[in-house]
Amino acid sequence: MKIHEYQAKELLGAYGAPVPTGEIATTPAETKEAAAKYDTCVIKAQVHSGGRGKAGGVKLAHSPEEAEEIAQKMIGMTLVTHQTGPQGKVVSKVLVTEAVEVEKEFYLSITGDNERAGVVIVASADGGTEIEETAKTAPEKIVQVPVSVITGYRAFHGEQVAEIFGLEGALKKELIALLSSMYRLYVEKDCSLVEINPLVLTREGHLLCLDAKVNFDDNALYRHPELAELRDVAEEDPKEYRASQFDLNYISLDGNIGCLVNGAGLAMATMDIIQKFGGQPANFLDVGGSATKERVKAAFEILLSDPNVKAIFINIFGGIMKCDVIAEGLVAAASEMGIKVPLVVRLEGTNVDKGKEIIKNSDVAIISAEDMADGARKAVEAAKGVA
Amino acid sequence: MSILLNKDTRLIVQGITGKQGMFHAEQMIAYGTNIVGGVTPGKGGQTVLNGVPIFNTVKDAVKATGANASIIYVPPKFAADGIIEAIDAEIPVVICITEGIPVLDMAMVKNYLEGKKTRLIGPNCPGVITPGECKAGIQPGYIHKPGHVGVISRSGTLTYEAVNQLSTRGIGQSTVVGIGGDPIKGTGFVDVLKMFEADPDTYAVVMNGEIGGSGEEEAAEFIKNHMTKPVAAFIGGQTAPPGKRMGHAGAIISGGKGTAAGKIAALRAAGVVVADTPDAIGEALVEAVTKAGILDKVKTA
Repeated sequence: MKIHEYQAKELLGAYGAPVPTGEIATTPAETKEAAAKYDTCVIKAQVHSGGRGKAGGVKLAHSPEEAEEIAQKMIGMTLVTHQTGPQGKVVSKVLVTEAVEVEKEFYLSITGDNERAGVVIVASADGGTEIEETAKTAPEKIVQVPVSVITGYRAFHGEQVAEIFGLEGALKKELIALLSSMYRLYVEKDCSLVEINPLVLTREGHLLCLDAKVNFDDNALYRHPELAELRDVAEEDPKEYRASQFDLNYISLDGNIGCLVNGAGLAMATMDIIQKFGGQPANFLDVGGSATKERVKAAFEILLSDPNVKAIFINIFGGIMKCDVIAEGLVAAASEMGIKVPLVVRLEGTNVDKGKEIIKNSDVAIISAEDMADGARKAVEAAKGVA
Repeated sequence: MSILLNKDTRLIVQGITGKQGMFHAEQMIAYGTNIVGGVTPGKGGQTVLNGVPIFNTVKDAVKATGANASIIYVPPKFAADGIIEAIDAEIPVVICITEGIPVLDMAMVKNYLEGKKTRLIGPNCPGVITPGECKAGIQPGYIHKPGHVGVISRSGTLTYEAVNQLSTRGIGQSTVVGIGGDPIKGTGFVDVLKMFEADPDTYAVVMNGEIGGSGEEEAAEFIKNHMTKPVAAFIGGQTAPPGKRMGHAGAIISGGKGTAAGKIAALRAAGVVVADTPDAIGEALVEAVTKAGILDKVKTA
């Protein structure tokens, strides 16, 4: 799960990290009012994406009136960054925050270290908006400090980062304390990313988290009911959001063949083979292993609600997922919503005969497929037929 | 011969009284797996499925039954506890089917495993099967045939796809191992490749990888330097859109590793026959064993 910059800063602040002052505004009037507290302030579009500055989502205002003017343009605008995709994201709120005079920008984050089964501090003395470029062109400027989940973060980890940043004395102490805050946030809230970019050294000589990003491990959200209110549904694809409510692993794509598959690997392979036969998948959908009839039904409803879908390819190799459960969900969805696009079905695995029997005894018309290649070919042909 | 499981395996099922645990325990017994007990705290003393005894703890189960393998079906909230309990009971082979375990829980488990007597397979995997001898998992048993090709896969259902393509070509399997799709897992490609290389009854190997992580690149390195047996492979997600990323950190750490193209190139450079599409996995294995001159030896079914 992702959250907004202002929420990430609030969380970091609660863990003792130095964050700038700021208020959230949803209208130009609120923006003006908030800006009245500053001589100069920064107006930052709050969308779940990086690269906002380059896309025009971060502006400096020298007066409350200018802030209002900026907000008039910014609120409601569609921000297109290199991370949002071409459709962009609509800005519905802005963060009004103090303008800071910056001496130096660093990059600092904590994220999962799967290979060492721990976490890792990632640091670069060259922080800011060019960090992805730096990663490509000068990867040696980005340093990783692994931290064991058994020992947790220790001051010596911070010493290593201070050396990378060239910080000494009081600033080194500030950095060690900041990393401690970041680490506690990371493990206590089951994060997958705590990122400060840039972390700045201010002209006054202190460290400040000028921008922040915090993501959470979806598998661990059950442990943190308090995080639920930080979720901004408007930032999510409506179909993806609906899928998540049914624990379905769904990603919207641009094609016209709706896919319903069990298992992420088979779902990816299904996308591969559809494209081999010249088609384009409308989505990635892994119904998972423990889906019930209701969840399968919801999955069909999501596929059928997509106007781009011209054919549906159901590719099931039952293991933990039983073919009869898929069939029941399909029949339930079909009888309630009516299926107007060709339905190519390939069933194999656990309870396959039961599943085929259920479909046979219903009035749902399907195109049967022998195997996944046969199914993909038929789905591509069917999608062309009604396009 | 085979790896991990055989006809002498004495399996216990952690979470046997749950819906999934019960369904699959029944299926495993029907396949011929020797299930010697189940574990559900608070239900010790009962029996299920015509006489399978339930124990409160894994230790009790091992003591009473001499179990040498365990399969875990408990929900994600309790899965890490279940694995740690099995490690403490010193069960040699522990297979965790559970999907959705928090990453930090698995990080802790993986660290705890170090130096212990347990080999953990999974989590988030379909299990392990030695056809005709022992099935520990959720696989549809009927697609498997006994034979000499080892199969390793990150994805459950793609494993079935590969096995089905082998069986329908008359090519049986020695052991099929689903290592699981989670970022932190008990056993990786290289561990299983080592076991297959050492197993005299395995003549060739199929491996199914997918985008992300660096397990396939490490496998390629191992194959190049240590494998004498032919290997065929498939990498899923070749057409997955790159978007949907998390901040910068992931991209920075992976440093260009983990793409399908990179993995395929690494495997081909190691002499592996890589299938372009998932329907060609069986053909890729046939090509690999034909080149090695052992096609007739793997046609067992």
